[in-house]
Amino acid sequence: MTPVTSHGTDALRLKSVRFTWPGGRFGLDVNEFSIAAGETVFLYGPSGSGKSTLLSLIAGIASVDAGEVSLQGQVLSGLRAAMRDRIRAERTGVIFQMFNLVPYLTPLENILLPLRFAPERRKRCEDPQAAALTLTRTLSLPDPMVQQAPASTLSVGQQQRVAIARAMIGHPPLIIADEPTSALDSDARADFMHLLFDQVARSGAALLMVSHDRGLAENFDRVVSLSDIARPIRGDTA
Amino acid sequence: MTLTRLAFKSLLSRGFTVGLTVFAIALSVALFLGVEKLRTGARASFADTISSTDLIMGARSGSVQLLLYSVFRIGNATNNVSWESYEDLTGRPEVDWAVPISLGDSHRQFRVMGTTRAYFDRYKYRGGRSLEFAAGGEFADLFDAVVGADVADTLGYAVGDPIVVAHGLASFTEHDDLPFRISGVLEKTGTPVDRTVLVGLGAIEAIHVDWQGGGRKSGPATPAEMLREMDLEPAAITAAMIGVKSRLQVFKLQRAINEYPEEPLLAILPGLALQELWEIVGVAETALTGVSAMVVVTALLGMAAMILSGLNERRREMAILRAVGAGPMTIASLLMTEAMAMAAAGAVLGIALLFGGLLLLRPWLDAAYGLYLPVTGLTPRDLGVLAIVVAAAAAVSLVPAARAYRMSLADGMMIKF
Ligand SMILES: Nc1ncnc2c1ncn2[C@@H]1O[C@H](COP(=O)(O)OP(=O)(O)OP(=O)(O)O)[C@@H](O)[C@H]1O
Ligand SMILES: [Mg+2]
Repeated sequence: MTPVTSHGTDALRLKSVRFTWPGGRFGLDVNEFSIAAGETVFLYGPSGSGKSTLLSLIAGIASVDAGEVSLQGQVLSGLRAAMRDRIRAERTGVIFQMFNLVPYLTPLENILLPLRFAPERRKRCEDPQAAALTLTRTLSLPDPMVQQAPASTLSVGQQQRVAIARAMIGHPPLIIADEPTSALDSDARADFMHLLFDQVARSGAALLMVSHDRGLAENFDRVVSLSDIARPIRGDTA
Repeated sequence: MTLTRLAFKSLLSRGFTVGLTVFAIALSVALFLGVEKLRTGARASFADTISSTDLIMGARSGSVQLLLYSVFRIGNATNNVSWESYEDLTGRPEVDWAVPISLGDSHRQFRVMGTTRAYFDRYKYRGGRSLEFAAGGEFADLFDAVVGADVADTLGYAVGDPIVVAHGLASFTEHDDLPFRISGVLEKTGTPVDRTVLVGLGAIEAIHVDWQGGGRKSGPATPAEMLREMDLEPAAITAAMIGVKSRLQVFKLQRAINEYPEEPLLAILPGLALQELWEIVGVAETALTGVSAMVVVTALLGMAAMILSGLNERRREMAILRAVGAGPMTIASLLMTEAMAMAAAGAVLGIALLFGGLLLLRPWLDAAYGLYLPVTGLTPRDLGVLAIVVAAAAAVSLVPAARAYRMSLADGMMIKF
């Protein structure tokens, strides 16, 4: 399913990408950006510069107007929307800043949710429930909480750890995290980063993390400023 | 986790609003099906007002008019049927039996009907049921009267009570010199018989012996004892119920009556005339169905509004689903699934309410209104209604689904508060 190109091993590649939000007030122009398999990349930039916009494009939630986004060599642009959704579900795990979990499901159900849309990730775990519980145990989440409590009763730090488990389950090759620590205090932040790096290293996934907090950048393979890779497109600010 | 399970859990998490919405749908469905049941029940009860009578004969007028005064005791006959014509025609070989009816007097607000004892055997309703006595029995004496269930109820009559019959329909002039005695009270039938005082045909004659053209003859009243000895053959009757020996002869006899040379007469088939009458009444029936259908539509629109107004709060939930790989179509179909699940739950609950209500109210409806509602299983029509409700729910949920589709495309990764 993966056509081999010169960048076939890259976890992510953007080429001549142009995107504008509906309404046309803000857009991005990316000439070239790629992340190698297993590479960890820290992306920073001022607020409103378009970091989340870029992640939306990479995660396939928004689709580009021109150019190519490819995951593991598979070009997403030009595919039917259903196919695009399928591929991004298979190949990316996403962690938000907060409110990662569907509140009426248990953490366990939340963790298993991506597998519903990504059959290959499901195939990769022999027993999805056991795989989820193995993950949550290494993330120091007690089993009863994971299996029974509604997600809405967890603390923010616990929710972020469940979000790691959900992003990691079934080993997608690229993890995308949008300011995952900004809702945490400094202890919890250090904990979170440690656990995230641990999990990414174990599964061999590439990581693209966005943050304001340059202090978190030190352990990453590469640190990138958004302004170096992307040019903002600003329409009339009326 | 399947989509249906997800929809189910999502609904459960909003239990209160969802419950109210489902209940509104349930009520509307129960109302709609209930109206349907009442409608068909009323129609069946109506059509069953008289059965086993092949022809009703009266003076020539409209068939609905003849039916109205002879069976429903509504309105008056324009003319009578002379006793000679009655005897002549009911003597024909096709005729199996005949029961004469004489109307025109009243007791309080109820009509008095003169007839023969055969009436108690021959009058059948609701698919061949016979009249039954709650107390007492048929008239034995000339001045015996049998009253219907409503008459006895309203006026507090029991067997043995005296009763005075008024001449004409407005009760200014009462035949108070000749009091009757109640010999029997009938069971409730749900037919106009309930509202009728039945007396012997001879008694009608007897109370009019001293009357001439609406006024009382001068001179002393004829004593009851003397009346009992008199030959009280009536000069005329109002109508007659006729049964034929073979159903094949109905039309032949009907033609003979309609073409009777001595007198202008009319014979009707009660079933056909009832149907004709129902078509007149049926307009209200259609209006009722229309109104209850509107109630269902309102409930479904309420549900669509409920889903729509909940969308903003659920933006986050949808962004999460989008982020883990759900396409916008999946999100739209999630909303449609929820709508259909609510409609289906509402429909099922509505049916439960309907049958529960029916079982509770049925005895009362039968007793108070003579409306007999059979508790049958779901008719194909009921099931059709339910299917339409669920399909309509899917249709109205297209609006919130389309909105969620657009929202989930426009929101991107940003989760708004
Ligand atoms: N869903 C959207 N629809 C329309 N415009 C959007 C949408 N999301 C973001 N934008 C616009 O894109 C621009 C960049 O926003 P974005 O969220 O990408 O910035 P950011 O770098 O992530 O900022 P922050 O560090 O504050 O999270 C803003 O002007 C914003 O208004
Ligand atoms: Mg952002």
